[in-house]
Amino acid sequence: MKAKTSLDVAGSNEELKRFLHGLPGVDQVGAEARAAVLGTRSIKTTAKAWAIDLAIRMVDLTTLEGADTPGKVKALCAKARQPDPSDPSCPRVAAVCVYPSMVPTAAEAVRGSGIHVASVATAFPSGQAPMAVKLYDTSAAVAAGADEIDMVINRGAFLAGNYLEVYEEIVAVKEACGSAHLKVILETGELVTYDNVRRASWLAMLAGGDFIKTSTGKVAPAATLPVTLIMLEAVRDFRQETGRQVGVKPAGGIRTSKDAIKYLVTVNETCGEDWLDPDWFRFGASTLLNDLLMQRSKLKTGHYAGPDYFTLD
Amino acid sequence: MAFEYAPAPESRSIVNIKPSYGLFINGTFVDAKSGFKTVNPATEEVLAEVAEASKADVDNAVKAARAAFPKWTKVGGRERAKYLFRIARIIQERSRELAVLESLDNGKPIRESRDVDVPLVAAHFFYYAGWADKLSYAGFGPNPKPLGVAAQVIPWNFPLLMLAWKIAPALACGNTVVLKPAETTPLTALLFAEICQQAELPAGVVNIVTGAGPTGAALVEHPDVDKVAFTGSTEVGRIIAKAVAGTRKKVTLELGGKAANIIFDDAALDQAVEGIVNGIFFNQGHVCCAGSRLLVQESVYDEVLTRLKRRMSTLRLGDPLDKNTDIGAINSAEQLARIKELSQVGEREGAQAWSPPCELPRNGFWFAPTIFTGVSQAHRIAREEIFGPVLSILTFRTPAEAVEKANNTPYGLSAGVWSEKGSRILAIADQLRAGVVWANTFNKFDPTSPFGGYKESGYGREGGRHGLEAYLATR
Repeated sequence: MKAKTSLDVAGSNEELKRFLHGLPGVDQVGAEARAAVLGTRSIKTTAKAWAIDLAIRMVDLTTLEGADTPGKVKALCAKARQPDPSDPSCPRVAAVCVYPSMVPTAAEAVRGSGIHVASVATAFPSGQAPMAVKLYDTSAAVAAGADEIDMVINRGAFLAGNYLEVYEEIVAVKEACGSAHLKVILETGELVTYDNVRRASWLAMLAGGDFIKTSTGKVAPAATLPVTLIMLEAVRDFRQETGRQVGVKPAGGIRTSKDAIKYLVTVNETCGEDWLDPDWFRFGASTLLNDLLMQRSKLKTGHYAGPDYFTLD
Repeated sequence: MAFEYAPAPESRSIVNIKPSYGLFINGTFVDAKSGFKTVNPATEEVLAEVAEASKADVDNAVKAARAAFPKWTKVGGRERAKYLFRIARIIQERSRELAVLESLDNGKPIRESRDVDVPLVAAHFFYYAGWADKLSYAGFGPNPKPLGVAAQVIPWNFPLLMLAWKIAPALACGNTVVLKPAETTPLTALLFAEICQQAELPAGVVNIVTGAGPTGAALVEHPDVDKVAFTGSTEVGRIIAKAVAGTRKKVTLELGGKAANIIFDDAALDQAVEGIVNGIFFNQGHVCCAGSRLLVQESVYDEVLTRLKRRMSTLRLGDPLDKNTDIGAINSAEQLARIKELSQVGEREGAQAWSPPCELPRNGFWFAPTIFTGVSQAHRIAREEIFGPVLSILTFRTPAEAVEKANNTPYGLSAGVWSEKGSRILAIADQLRAGVVWANTFNKFDPTSPFGGYKESGYGREGGRHGLEAYLATR
């Protein structure tokens, strides 16, 4: 696409609001109908095998619990490096995603593997902390070895129409990231309408986010196919407009290979193959990986192995 | 790296197509003197030999329907509802079989026959089953009476769905029917005849006579028919209207269309593009209410066109039985020739054709999804029904101009309006002279919703409470 200069629409809250509210609306019924049709694509045999391997390579293997310990994180990282110990041809995942306190452990455990270390920051999941705390949260995670930061936007400010405040927070966090990639979590379950999802997507991209991500996984509903479709349309249109490509990460609630494949179909038929790559599309998930592995071995061997044949993470 | 979808064909083994079929008269299949072949339009493979009903066969069918009529009326609405509910449930149970057979004989993608046609067919029978014992409360006077024998002639674009639209209300109201399916798509109607047997529907209530134009003419001209219902071309509709003029026969006609699909600059553009695609490429454009004339506000024309072309590039044309196929085969060589001819006329008249890169299978009848830009109201492709996957794109500047252009057609079956502004939708819908106006959607059907045309798109309504009127002697 033609590389254009970035849009300059964030001079004031009013200017930003005019721009975001001027984006084409989303018809809820139509968007959900489109997602439903994409969900009926039938992906079989060679296409399924290809899609499952790609989905494994796109997983951000995640543990975000109060009960996380270094031992748990090390186990997760071992799984990330070698998802299926019985099959060396099985690809590794894209990244592990942990709380900032666990970043040193994770960075150590995946060193040399090419697996990224993502850390949630900015007072995840609520984001309800003073700005200085959010920035320190971010820079500490980066200093400890995270090369991807998953931040949450200020939903309160967004819903109150204070778009510039949200924008400036993202800009500041992006700066605190340094060379680390920034994923901006919109928490679409709290934004509720697709119009809001489209506006928040553009806002995050305008502010410099490298990825836009649906959810923290702590709020229901988390990722849905229609929400992801709207975000994919946004990154597609944003690249058309500015020349800059932004990634998409649905997170939370994607548990089966069948679901993951529906997302890949939606990527394929909305944005095209440029986004069918772990650099541009990720799944934030924990239980998804084992179902992908189970389906992968089923395709290879012709039968299902019991859950005990797949490792805990 | 590209995501190539592997073939995902629905198995055709669920359908048992017989080498030949007779006529369904008085509850049994009977042979006819001559027959014709029905082919799979995607491969030109002959599927079966089907009986061609002569004038005498049609007479037998009408006699059987006449003989069954008094008893079918007398059993009452509650009893008739039982049969209709039973038929609806069997349709659901045998839905996969019906969907596969419909796609084989018609060429439409299995995704549509499976997800649209057959579920709507069942829904139609369920809906009118519910009316059968409530006719006194339908607003047509107390205890309204059926008409008698209904002669029904249906087209090839939605073979089973059009059968349901015709048969369900007729039976619910207490009429008996003789139905003629289109000559290129008789097979699902014949499977429906088997379903009538399975449901133990009394003999003679439903009769199905297969054949071409002469069979249809014999049926609608038969003196002992009380009601004629036709869906098809305006040309044949005129002939039928003339044939029944001055007789006691009540008539409903559902004819052609050249629907305007109007996109305002404040529309939800991504969904509007879906609506454009669904409006004209659904069922290969073989839809009388297809949104075949796109009217786009000039201020968003470039953006809409870019998005539309990009979306069209993801359409998958090919094997109708493949579950990922979006565009199937054109139903017949004859129809393909007509689409080609009108497309050539479009180019000669100066409009610009565009199709996405799209490989057409070698055998069978195929036409790539096509849009024409630079079309004006004066072009034939903006006025005549193409009945194929061909969209004519025009522009407008103001709402008044949109309405004027939309109404500037001899047809008036359907229209679409796309805007995020509710007041605009209501105001425009009010001025459009079309039987169905869709707002922010297109080609949506429901048994509760009446369907029918203004002007040369026909008269009478099918579906909903309105649909009962066509089959009742109202007072």
